[in-house]
Amino acid sequence: MSIIFVLIPLGLALMGVAVWAFFWAAGNGQFDDLDTPANSVLSDDDPPPKG
Amino acid sequence: MNSAVHDDWDGFDRGDLRRTLLHVEGERATVQLVVEGMHCGACARRIESSVSALAGVDRVAVSAATKRMQVTWNIGATPFSGLLRTIAGLGFQPQVLGAADREADLRERRTALKRLAVAGIAMTQVMTFAFALYAAASGGMEPRFERYFRLVSMLVTVPVVFYSAVPFFDGAWRGLKARRLGMDLPVSLAIALAFAASVFNTLRDSGHVYYDSVTMFVFFLLLGRFIEMRTRHDAGGVSEALARLMPRVVQRVRGERVEPVGVEELEAGDVVLVRAGAVIPADGRILRGTSRVDESLLTGESTPLRRGPGQSVVAGSLNIADPLYFEVTAVGSRTTLSGIVRLLERAQTERPRLSRAADRAAAHFVGWVLLAALLVAGFWAWFDPARAFSATLAVLVVTCPCALSLATPTAIAAATAQLARLGLLVTRADAIEALAQARYCVFDKTGTLTQGAPRVSRAVALGERSIDECYAIAAALERQSEHPLAAAFVDAIPPTAQAREQALSATRPTVRVVRGRGLEGALQSAMYRIGQLDFVRELCPGAAVPDSASPAGIFLGNASGLLAVFEVDDALRASAVDAVQALGALGIELEIASGDHPAIVGRVAERLGIHEWRARLTPDGKLARVRELNRARGGVAVIGDGINDAPVLSAASVSIAMGGGSALAHASADMVLMSESLGTVAEGVRLARRTLQIIRQNLWWAAGYNLVAVPLAALGWVPPWAAAIGMSLSSVVVVLNARRLSRASHQPAASGPATLTREVPA
Repeated sequence: MSIIFVLIPLGLALMGVAVWAFFWAAGNGQFDDLDTPANSVLSDDDPPPKG
Repeated sequence: MNSAVHDDWDGFDRGDLRRTLLHVEGERATVQLVVEGMHCGACARRIESSVSALAGVDRVAVSAATKRMQVTWNIGATPFSGLLRTIAGLGFQPQVLGAADREADLRERRTALKRLAVAGIAMTQVMTFAFALYAAASGGMEPRFERYFRLVSMLVTVPVVFYSAVPFFDGAWRGLKARRLGMDLPVSLAIALAFAASVFNTLRDSGHVYYDSVTMFVFFLLLGRFIEMRTRHDAGGVSEALARLMPRVVQRVRGERVEPVGVEELEAGDVVLVRAGAVIPADGRILRGTSRVDESLLTGESTPLRRGPGQSVVAGSLNIADPLYFEVTAVGSRTTLSGIVRLLERAQTERPRLSRAADRAAAHFVGWVLLAALLVAGFWAWFDPARAFSATLAVLVVTCPCALSLATPTAIAAATAQLARLGLLVTRADAIEALAQARYCVFDKTGTLTQGAPRVSRAVALGERSIDECYAIAAALERQSEHPLAAAFVDAIPPTAQAREQALSATRPTVRVVRGRGLEGALQSAMYRIGQLDFVRELCPGAAVPDSASPAGIFLGNASGLLAVFEVDDALRASAVDAVQALGALGIELEIASGDHPAIVGRVAERLGIHEWRARLTPDGKLARVRELNRARGGVAVIGDGINDAPVLSAASVSIAMGGGSALAHASADMVLMSESLGTVAEGVRLARRTLQIIRQNLWWAAGYNLVAVPLAALGWVPPWAAAIGMSLSSVVVVLNARRLSRASHQPAASGPATLTREVPA
C-alpha cells in the first residue's frame, strides 16, 4: 500500500501538467472560435492573414 | 492591455478619432463604452450619477449585466476626454466600443474556461480520493492512509477555492458593499464554511471533510455561469460581428491614381474602388462597374443582388463578382450599418423589465434563505449540536435562486441572438416580452405589405394640356418631396417630356407638403396641386370629374381645372400572403391602417384576406387609431416603415420597422426587420412566446425544487454532497433550458445565420 505515497504525487503531477497544457491552449486562443475553423476547409479562398 | 493607451485621455479629443468613435449630430455626441470592472447594479448607478452630473449630459444608460453604457451629451460642454476621465476616476476602465470590446469578451471567456478546467480536473481527483475516504469510514484503512487522503484532497481543493471560486467571492463582496443581496452570497458562505470546516477537521484529524462537495459545487456552478456567459456574448456578438466587418484600409481613387488609405480618412464625396471579394467600407452610389453584392450580413438575405451604376451600396456588404467604383455618401458613424449597430447597443444597455423583476425577487429570496439558515443553525444547536453544521451547510448549499438571477437573462439573451439570425433585430430590451403578448397587428400598407416601390401604371390627361406636359409638371413638383410616391413620378417621365421636366425643375419650385393628402407648389408663377381628388379640387371647386377617372388615382390640377389623373400601382411583397396567414394562425388579429385611397387599401386587404382595414388615415389618424386599440385591447404590434410613421411606431406596445425604412423609423421602433420578409415576424412572435414560456418553466422548476429541497435540508435529511449536486444541477438545468432558444427552430429559416459569424476576407 505504501506505493500510493509515490503514485498519488505522480498523479497530481500529471494533473498539474494537464492544467498547464489547458492554460496554455486557452491563452493561445485555441478555444476562442470553435466554429469558423471547421468551415474553413469548405472555403475556396485562402484564409485571411492573421491580425 | 489598453491601459497604456487609455492613460492618455486627451488623445480622444483628436478630430479623426472623435469622428470614428462618436456619433456626432451638431453638438450632440453619442458614444458606446464597455466599462471594465463594473459588475453590479450599484457600480452602474454610481457611474450613472457621476456621469449625469457632468455638464451637458442628456442621457446615460448603464447596464451592469452587459458592462456597457451609452452616453449622449453636448460635446461643447464636456470634452470626450473629460467623460472618459470621470469614469476612470471612479476606478473603472472605460473602453470605447470597438476592437477592445471583443477582446474584453475574449479575455472573460478565457478566464472562465481556465477556472472551469481547474475546478473540473480537481473535482475528478477529489472524487477518487473521496471514494477511498468513504471506504475508510466503514473501517478497513490504516489511519495514516486516511490522513494522507485527507491531506491530498485538501491540497487539490485549494486551487478550486482560491482560483476557480473567486468570481463568487468577488460577487458576494461587491453585493455586500452595495448592501444588496445576490445569489453569490449564500454560495460564497457555503463554499467558505465547508472548506474552512474541512481544513479544520483535516488538521485536527477527526470529523467530516467536505472536499468532494466543495469541488463539485464550484464546478457545476461555474458550468452554469459559463453557459450563461456564452449566451450573453452571442447576443452581443451580433452587433460586434456587424462592426467588425468594416475593412481598415480602403482603396481611394484620386484622378488616375489608386491609393490605400485608412477607412477613417474617407470623406463623403471620395471615390473608392472595391475589388471583388472585399467589403464595401462606406455607404455610397456606384459610379462605374456592375457586380453582385451580398448584403446578407445586414439583411440575412443570402442571394447576392446585382448592382450597377447609379444604384446605392451600403457599408458592410460584400462585393462578390467584379470591381466597383463608387462615390462615398456616408462614412463612419453615419452609415446605415452604424445606425443599426447603435440601435443594437441601445438594446443591450437597457435592462429588460423581466430581468429587473427577477433580480428583485432573487434578492428577497436570498434574504429568506439566510434567515432560514440562521433558524436551522439555532434549532439544531439546541436539538443536536453534532448535526448543526451539516444541516446549516445543506440549507445554504441547496437553495437555488438561479432560475431568477441566471436563467431569465440567459433566456432573453438567447432569444435576442436567435431573432437576429432570423433577420429581426431587437433594439429595445422589452421588445421580446411585448412581442410575445401581441394580440393585434396593424400594418401600414405602403412599403410594408407591398414592395413600397409604386409605379405609375396609367396616366390620362383631363384638360387641354398634353399628357407629356402633365408628366413634366407632376415630376417637377414631386422631385421636391421625399414621399415614396415621388420616385414613381420621376421614374415615369416619358422620354418626350424629359427636357421640359428638366427646365421646370431647374426653376427650383418651392412646394408645401400636406401630410397624407398631397402637395402644392408654384411653377412658372402658376399654382398647382397634386394628390388626392378632394385636395386638388379645393383649388378648383367647380371642376368636373370625368367618369373614366378612378377616384383612387392621383390628380394634378391648377386653378382652372383638373389636368390629369395618374393611376399608381404597387405590387404585394412575395412574403405578405404567407405572413398574414401565419400571423392569423398564431391568433393575432390583423388590420391595415393606410393613408391611401379606400379603393387601393380595400384591394390589398381583399387579396391578403384581411377583413379589418382603414384607409385615408393621416399620420395623426393612425396614431389615434393605435392609441385607441392599445387602450381597448392592449398588445398592439405595428409594422411600418414610413417617414411619417415614427410617432405611430413609438405609440404601439411593440413596433417593427422595415429594414429599408427611414433611420427615424428604425430609431422609434422596438425591432427592425432587416430581412424585409414578413414571414420572419410570425417566426419572431413564435420565438418570443417560446421565450416567455421557457422563463415560466424555469420559474416553476425553481419554485418546485426549492419547496422540496429546503425543508428536507432543514430537517437534516440532505447531506452536503447531495445538496451540492441538487443545487448545481438545478442551475445547469435552467440555464440549459434557456439555451434551447439558441437552437435553430424547426423552420428551415436558418439560411441567413452563419453569415453573421462568417469570416470575411479582408
